[in-house]
Amino acid sequence: MKVLVGVKRVVDANIKARVKSDGSGVETANVKMAMNPFCEIAVEQAVRMKEAGGVTEIVAVSIGAPQCQETLRTALAMGADRAILVETDQDVQPLAVAKVMKALCEKEMPGLVIMGKQAIDDDCNQSGQMLAALLNWPQAAFISKIEINGEVAQITREIDGGLEKLTTKVPLVVTTDLRLNEPRYVTLPNIMKAKKKPLENLKPDQLGVDVVARLKTLKVTEPPKRSAGVKVEDVAELVQKLKNEAKVI
Amino acid sequence: MSILVVAEHDGTRLKPGCLNTIAAARKIGGDITVLIVGHQAGAAASAAAKAEGVTKVLHADAPLYTIPTAEDLAALIVPLAKSYTHVLAAATGFGKNFMPRVAALLDVAQVSDISGVESPDTFVRPIYAGNALATVQSTDAIKIVTVRITAFDPVAEDGGNAPVESIDAGPDTGLTAVQGQELTKSARPELSAARIIVSGGRGMGSGDNFKILEELADKLNAAVGASRAAVDSGFVPNDYQVGQTGKIVAPELYIAVGISGAIQHLAGMKDSKVIVAINKDPEAPIFQVASYWIVDDLFKVVPELTKQLS
Repeated sequence: MKVLVGVKRVVDANIKARVKSDGSGVETANVKMAMNPFCEIAVEQAVRMKEAGGVTEIVAVSIGAPQCQETLRTALAMGADRAILVETDQDVQPLAVAKVMKALCEKEMPGLVIMGKQAIDDDCNQSGQMLAALLNWPQAAFISKIEINGEVAQITREIDGGLEKLTTKVPLVVTTDLRLNEPRYVTLPNIMKAKKKPLENLKPDQLGVDVVARLKTLKVTEPPKRSAGVKVEDVAELVQKLKNEAKVI
Repeated sequence: MSILVVAEHDGTRLKPGCLNTIAAARKIGGDITVLIVGHQAGAAASAAAKAEGVTKVLHADAPLYTIPTAEDLAALIVPLAKSYTHVLAAATGFGKNFMPRVAALLDVAQVSDISGVESPDTFVRPIYAGNALATVQSTDAIKIVTVRITAFDPVAEDGGNAPVESIDAGPDTGLTAVQGQELTKSARPELSAARIIVSGGRGMGSGDNFKILEELADKLNAAVGASRAAVDSGFVPNDYQVGQTGKIVAPELYIAVGISGAIQHLAGMKDSKVIVAINKDPEAPIFQVASYWIVDDLFKVVPELTKQLS
């Protein structure tokens, strides 16, 4: 079975985003970029499934600027076999991502697509579910466990208040939640090996996909600041403040 | 404008976020139809009919919808959606699962997790873990929108008297089969509905140590939450997680214990009315958003706090 994995290049999770002074967006120039954490979990899952047998090939896909090649090289260093960059300078929104991925699925015929549940830049949480819809495939969003035996996938996914167990047939689309796995660190020898793995470059129109944005961003602003708080010395003072000043207990 | 609100319920009652989602619909303006999808969920449909501002309730009842799948919900909602200008659902685990599927099948964008309504086609939504607010305009004919429930005050539970109309179930897509759900049983309030939340982070050291937070929570009738670090470390289940990728909460009082205050955690709780932080590291970033903080050992402070509240 072939597995397709989506990886997004985003501002590093440890960096606090800064709004551009002209309100047009968030500053990304000269900011450390990294693979979206949920996409790392997606790549890790594919690699573990390949190591366990059953998965024959892992294809990592990224959509966006030429620099997404770096993110794809990371996926290759983690264990993906080859990579596809769908290059565009457009702001690629989730519906467009789903359409590009659908075109690639029709070309590559994977048994499983693994994507992150959410990118930590636009926080949309849409692409995987949209892809499953466009393909008319089953979806399993926010998964914490997956086992595939032959044609049947057994899934555990995170829901509000607990877990849900699903059974589906392949092919299907899953999106990763936090507890699915802990991604490995890439090692230097694997980074060197990754440089020799194939990376194909495509344009959206070669796939017949229109990636024009449907949502217009009118402005981006900073959220209102919280007023400064105070340090209290002991529990007695805290209880007094909560009772008499904040009046919340 | 005519708005379809897809309600989350337990068969009998609406989930708390429904009333907030209806409030967001009222800000958009126009007729509000609430859709109840379930099995033997007549009581939930009646509850929806009583909510303030609801014009009509549609009720699809079938065994297929005992635990509805995203695929079956989308198959039901997509043909209905064509009669509306907007489809709304709460940005909870429920809404996040099926709404993008509805949007894709209609070939329209989804506007996720809105925190404000500027006009019927323009919405405010947090991005980058809430470190920026984007104002976005949808150019699509049908707006598919999920709502950050903490950003809208709920409408009243009573006062409405909307008619309930039964509608036929949609097709059984047969794409996925739900084997069952394992829900955390707790006498404490749900995280997203609690007035007070006590949350623990990596500083708790172990899952067993969460016991002292539970004792404090029981004293305050509070829910127990956790940071991603605590979930990552295996101390507590993922449904405890408060943060960018967990639950977004905004209670009256949020007590952060042994939580350093990573960007991703702050994203989930910084709109709480009062924030208390307890951490032994005087440099912990959580103090930047705290209303009150104590720099001390949590294993000393928390039991003392529980004692003083008795």
